[in-house]
This record gives sequence, C-alpha cells and structure tokens, in this order.
Amino acid sequence: MKLITLAGAAVLSVATGAQAASQTLLNVSYDPTRELYRQVNAAFAAQWKAKTGDDLTINQSHGGSGAQSRAVIDGLEADVVTLALAYDINAIAEKAKLLPTDWQKRLPEASTPYTSTIVFLVRKGNPRHIHDWADLVKPGVQVITPNPKTSGGARWSYLAAWAYAEKKPGGSKAAARDYVKQLYAHVPVLDAGARGSTNTFAQRGIGDVLLDWENEARLALKEAGGDQYEVVYPSVSILAEPPVALVDANADKHGTRKVAEAYLQFLYTKEAQDIEARNFYRPRDPQVAAAHAADFPKIPLYTLSEVFGDWQKAQATHFADGGVFDQIYQPGK
Amino acid sequence: MATASAAFSAQTRSRPILPGFGLSLGFTLFYLSAIVLIPLAALLLRPWSLGWSGFRAVIEAPRVQAALELSFGSAAIAAAINGIFGLIVAWTLVRYRFPFKRLIDALVDLPFALPTAVAGIALSTLYAPKGWLGAPLAALGIKAAYTPLGVVIALTFIGLPFVVRTLEPVLSDLGLEAEEAAATLGASRAQTFLRVVLPALAPALITGTALAFARAVGEYGSVIFIAGNLPMVSEIAPLLIVIKLEQYDYAGAAAIGVVMLAASFAIVLALNAFQAFLERRR
Repeated sequence: MKLITLAGAAVLSVATGAQAASQTLLNVSYDPTRELYRQVNAAFAAQWKAKTGDDLTINQSHGGSGAQSRAVIDGLEADVVTLALAYDINAIAEKAKLLPTDWQKRLPEASTPYTSTIVFLVRKGNPRHIHDWADLVKPGVQVITPNPKTSGGARWSYLAAWAYAEKKPGGSKAAARDYVKQLYAHVPVLDAGARGSTNTFAQRGIGDVLLDWENEARLALKEAGGDQYEVVYPSVSILAEPPVALVDANADKHGTRKVAEAYLQFLYTKEAQDIEARNFYRPRDPQVAAAHAADFPKIPLYTLSEVFGDWQKAQATHFADGGVFDQIYQPGK
Repeated sequence: MATASAAFSAQTRSRPILPGFGLSLGFTLFYLSAIVLIPLAALLLRPWSLGWSGFRAVIEAPRVQAALELSFGSAAIAAAINGIFGLIVAWTLVRYRFPFKRLIDALVDLPFALPTAVAGIALSTLYAPKGWLGAPLAALGIKAAYTPLGVVIALTFIGLPFVVRTLEPVLSDLGLEAEEAAATLGASRAQTFLRVVLPALAPALITGTALAFARAVGEYGSVIFIAGNLPMVSEIAPLLIVIKLEQYDYAGAAAIGVVMLAASFAIVLALNAFQAFLERRR
C-alpha cells in the first residue's frame, strides 16, 4: 500500500523528505501551500524522529482544491487532506465516506489551524487608485480572478465581494447580486486556478488588480522584490478558513493513524504556528499572532457563517449549476 | 483509409498475400475493443443515471450550448484554415527545393511534439495585448488572446500537421506527368489545378482536414490558456466538462462528452462518405 502511495505521489512528481522512511504520510493539499508544508513537514519529521526514533517521510501533492478532493475520492490514498475550503473535504466524507461527516469537530477551531483572507494585488504605485471593493467596478478597471467554479481561492474572493456589498450600509442581497455581476463584467480572463490567474496578472501583464489569497499576494510581493506590485487591503474582507482533516479509511489501511493525528495536531503548536505566520498564513495561537501582528493588518473579516450560513448553502446558492454565478453570465438576467 | 479498404477488398478477392486473416482480424477486433470501444461504452453508460430529461437539461443549458457552438465552430474554422494553408505548405515542401528544407519540414511536426500546455502558454504570451503579436494586433483594434479568435489560433496551431502530413505522400506520388499532359492539351494553370490536381488530392485533403477537425474539437491544454474562459463567450466544451467534474457532477460531464463524441463521429463519418463518393467518381 505504501508503494501505491509512493507511486501516486511520484506520478504527481511532488515528493520531499528523507529516504529510507519507516513511515510515510501523504498530505494532499491545495495550490499555494507548497512552500508552507515543505517547512512544516521538515519540522514535524525532525520532532517525530526525536520523539519516537522513527524516520518519517511526508509526501505532498498540490493542485486546485476541487481537483485534489476529486483525486482523493477517486482513490488517491491521502492520509491527511489540507484543502482550501471545508466543502471539498465534505465532498470526500459524503461521496467516498473515507472520513466521518462531523470531521470538522475533531480538531480545535473547526479544524482550521491557520486562516487567511482575500486582498488586492495591484501594480506598483497603484495607478488605478484601487483602495476598496467599490473601486473594482470603476469604468476601465480590469480585475483578474479565477473561475469560482473550479478554484477554491476564487470562491473565497467571490464570497468576500458579496459579503462587502450585502453588509455595507444600505446593502442588501439584491445589491450584492448586482455588485457581483458588475464585478465579473470587469474580469477579462477566468483562469481555472489561482496559479493561472497569478501568471495572467504577473507574466502577461493583464489586468489592474488581482484578487488573491493574502498569503499568495504577500508571497508574490516578496518574490518580486517589492518594486512591481503593492498589496492593498480593502475596508472589509472575508475570513478564509482552509481546514485540515485525517482521512480515516486511508490512514487505518496504511497504519498511519497515530502519526497522521500527531501531524495535524502539530499544526496548532507554537512552532508550526510560527512557520505558518512566516509564510503569511494568519496563525490561530494568540501569542504567535501577537508576535506577528505587524505582518497582518487588522481589517474587519466576515465569517462564512455570518453571511452565508455554511458551505453547503453557499455552494447551492452561488456556485452550483444554475446558481447565482451562472445566472450573472446569462444575457438578459 | 482509401488505400486500406482497397487492400482489404483485393485480399478477399484473390488469395491473401499475408496468411492468418482470421487471427489478425480477431486481434484487430480485440485490440479495438480494449483500446477504443470499452472506454467509450463506459462513457456512453454514465449519463443515463440522469435519465433522458436530465440529459437534455444538461445539454440544453445555454452555457453548454454556447460552449458546444464555440468548440465545434472554432474547430471548423481552424480546420478550414489548415485545409487551405496546409495544402500550400505541403505543396511547397514536396514540389520545391530550397535551403533548410529538412529543417522547415521538421517544424511542421512541432505542434505534434510540443506538450499542449506549453503551446498554450507560448501562444497566450505571444497574443496577449502586451505580447509580440498581440500588441500590433491590439493597435489595429483586434483582440486575439482571451477571445474566440484566440481559440481559433490555438486550434489552427495544433491542427496543421494533420493536413500537411496526410497530403505530402499523395502529392509526391502524383508526379508532374498529369499536369504536363494537361498543359500540352491546352489547359490553363487554373484549369490544371482545379480539374487535374485538386481531384487527385481531394480525398487526402478531406482526410487531413477531418483529422485536424476531430483533434481540435477535443483539444483542451493549448486552448484554456489563450481562451479567456468566460462563460457564454470563450468557454470551450472540454473546459465545461472539467468544470463539471470539479463539481462532482460526473454524469453531467459525461453527458457533454457523449454529445461531443456523437457529433464528432457523425461529422467524420460524413466526411469519409464524401471522400468515398469522390473516389468512386474518379
């Protein structure tokens, strides 16, 4: 079984960690977490070795959150999943029954060790004067964001835009629908995933503003050296909660339940929280958060449950076939 | 295809040159079943979990209709472009001698060899409003990348080798004698081309164009980067299939797949029939 796991990881050509492992974990994650988990895995493997004497190899697999979830449903033997949104883990629980449906209750903070939000990445000097959501729908402004039907990050962006328009003074659901429709009329390219959109914005020079995960935008800024882009924090945004879960059926089959559970709990420790904060994910731990307070501007963040109830409702209303996102593209509606 | 069927009928009429007809036919049927028919049957069975009305609801959704129109329409345009310019390229490569001919000949195969995603990224970089080709086009008021035009560009790129490589052997077999005879009989250049050369090339040209078309209809990798992927505007049917899969709508995805398969098959079959008709008339 280990062989198949390894083969699966090799096919995806993403394997890290030491050789000759006595134990192997496969962490199936979403796109932007490559750098984060490379560091987390090294830290956890070292700690595990010190504690138990066992060598541990943690393989990573990355891709669009929905595609990764589908891969697990179709048989990619993930021991743990760390995806962009709870809906994609719910799908694994419901369709493949690989973990119980109440998985979110098993770990602290609704199984979300770190959070993020949606911010704007604009070109250096902010030539279009984009400071808040209302500026995105000004004449001539081009907005880059992936298709929310295929990208987890884009779903958070869409929901952030909606929450802004519904909750602002004088806002309503009708106003929000209107705003979102206007917003997507300013989107010239809908890429399938977050990395595609980042390329469209950065490499091809399309668009004035990229709606992006805070961690991706900050990483892009860091890698570009700060002379090409600026990060703009809007007046409000959404609390993006990318959750983690043990895939019980796979872990039991591989005999990795103990180490997999320890791995997920490790994400909540001060050591891991610090790694997460340094990779621009907002830590849950109050002390670590305080230490990195300067890195994460405090803006009001709506939660999914405040505005949309839960993921099943948000998905059904907005992103399912015939939902609001489909409707705003139908002519005459 | 024409040569294969001719060889087959020749074999059945006279004593077969190669022995083991029963064995090879058995192998052919088994091989085709394993490689082609069984996967297709699995595809055909999937959407029926929706029922007939569910199937129709998927297919008749405006977004699906728009995507199917775009995929088949742009594939047809790209195949037509390749039919015309592929003929010119094949003609040049077979009939003339010039420096670096082998190199240029090899270039024709590049769209085969290049991973489609690489082609897509290269094309969209070139044709983006700030790209080498996109910027002059934008100055003329033509938007190439992220419009249906971008889809046609990508499909033309991947379809070219099919036309050129099908035409080349036929062209080199054709020889100059027929054209010289036509000229001595007083035919003009246009008459020679239309009445002597083109009829001889037509079957191969149709096969090549049909192959380019069939490939273009299903093309995904090179298109999604340059298409823009806006629903109702520049969203191709294969992308819609991927989107449906990401929403765990396997049956809906298979429904679109079945329609694309049926339409492609019908079109290729019609072209083959037309080609057979031309063969018989000759």
